[in-house]
Amino acid sequence: MTRVFLRIVAAGLLSVPFSLSSAAWSDGPIQVTGAFARAAPAGGVGGMFLTIVNTGPADRLTGAASSVAEKVELHESIDDKGVMKMRPVAGLSIPAGATVKLAPGGYHVMMMGLKQPLAAGGRATVTLTFEKAGQVEVEAEVVKPGAGAPEGHSMDHNMGHGMGNMPGMTPSK
Amino acid sequence: MSTPTDRKPSRPSGTPPEGNGKFLLGMIGLFFGVLLLGAGATMWLGGSSSMGPAIGGPFALTDTGGKPFTDKDLRGSYAVLYFGYTFCPDVCPTTLNQLAEALDRLGPKAKLVRPVFITIDPRRDTPGVMKQYVQAFSPDLIGLTGTEAQIGSVAREFRVYYAPHRTGDGPNDYTMDHSSVLYLIGPDGKFIAPLRADAGAEQIAADLSRHLP
Ligand SMILES: [Cu+2]
Repeated sequence: MTRVFLRIVAAGLLSVPFSLSSAAWSDGPIQVTGAFARAAPAGGVGGMFLTIVNTGPADRLTGAASSVAEKVELHESIDDKGVMKMRPVAGLSIPAGATVKLAPGGYHVMMMGLKQPLAAGGRATVTLTFEKAGQVEVEAEVVKPGAGAPEGHSMDHNMGHGMGNMPGMTPSK
Repeated sequence: MSTPTDRKPSRPSGTPPEGNGKFLLGMIGLFFGVLLLGAGATMWLGGSSSMGPAIGGPFALTDTGGKPFTDKDLRGSYAVLYFGYTFCPDVCPTTLNQLAEALDRLGPKAKLVRPVFITIDPRRDTPGVMKQYVQAFSPDLIGLTGTEAQIGSVAREFRVYYAPHRTGDGPNDYTMDHSSVLYLIGPDGKFIAPLRADAGAEQIAADLSRHLP
């Protein structure tokens, strides 16, 4: 993982065109970047937000798991004429070449029944499952409750999948 | 992603049905007309005709220490009320965080305003759960829970719609649908204006400061 990560960093710094680098330096067409989770107490629920960059063919996010929670689901927040609703979703299609954001007000990874508190400044790890790309492990920085994405340095928090924020590295749709 | 049946959840008993909201809209329009037309505010159009124009009223709830807390405990300061639940990792904490940031932006004037978070999920949000939750946001945030009846009563007074939505068979397998609005209350306990909950800290601060001395 670390080796792949460093090669991705190197690729970014050298501004190697993305289309050339993806096959050679990434261990799959799916990269996850900018992951953060909100602080929450043990027994409570935690939300994780992240960005999925797909450089390969159409795929589908089908689930998530984590050792920090009893149950993990994919959820969508819906603003239905001023009424806020949160619904589990069975999956999320990740079109070919697309960037899909799980962001506050939209989708999140819902961690229910936290076995330990998620403390601001700490880390939380989930494993995302994709239909084609298989399992992708994501490490998120824990931010204070209700906070948005931490500024800058988001790629440090991915385990070999962080490249979406790299200038010149974002694939066009 | 939701199924068609998600769009029309059953309403808890006593929650006003959707109806003609022109009267209410006209009244609060003086304060908030333009913003009310924005997305997220149409809830004001629902549930007004059967309840008359008054928003707010007396309530008897329980604070995070398990002690009684009523509307009278807020007298003498402005208060911003938000109804939500702690088992919500997205919209509720976003709103409470933006409210806290808005108060920070107000500087010394923030001392005039007490932020209050009232749960619409009292089954899970016991005083202890509320305590942990609000402490993580701000030592100033007041967390209130109560019996199902007490929460139902205060929610009706503020026209807050809420309903559980089952997500599984377990006792805790549900999410709550709920209105998301910030309510500004005056030092006399009277409702002053609704504030857009999804407007961001800067806008919430601007909306607040317009009503503060
Ligand atoms: Cu959720």
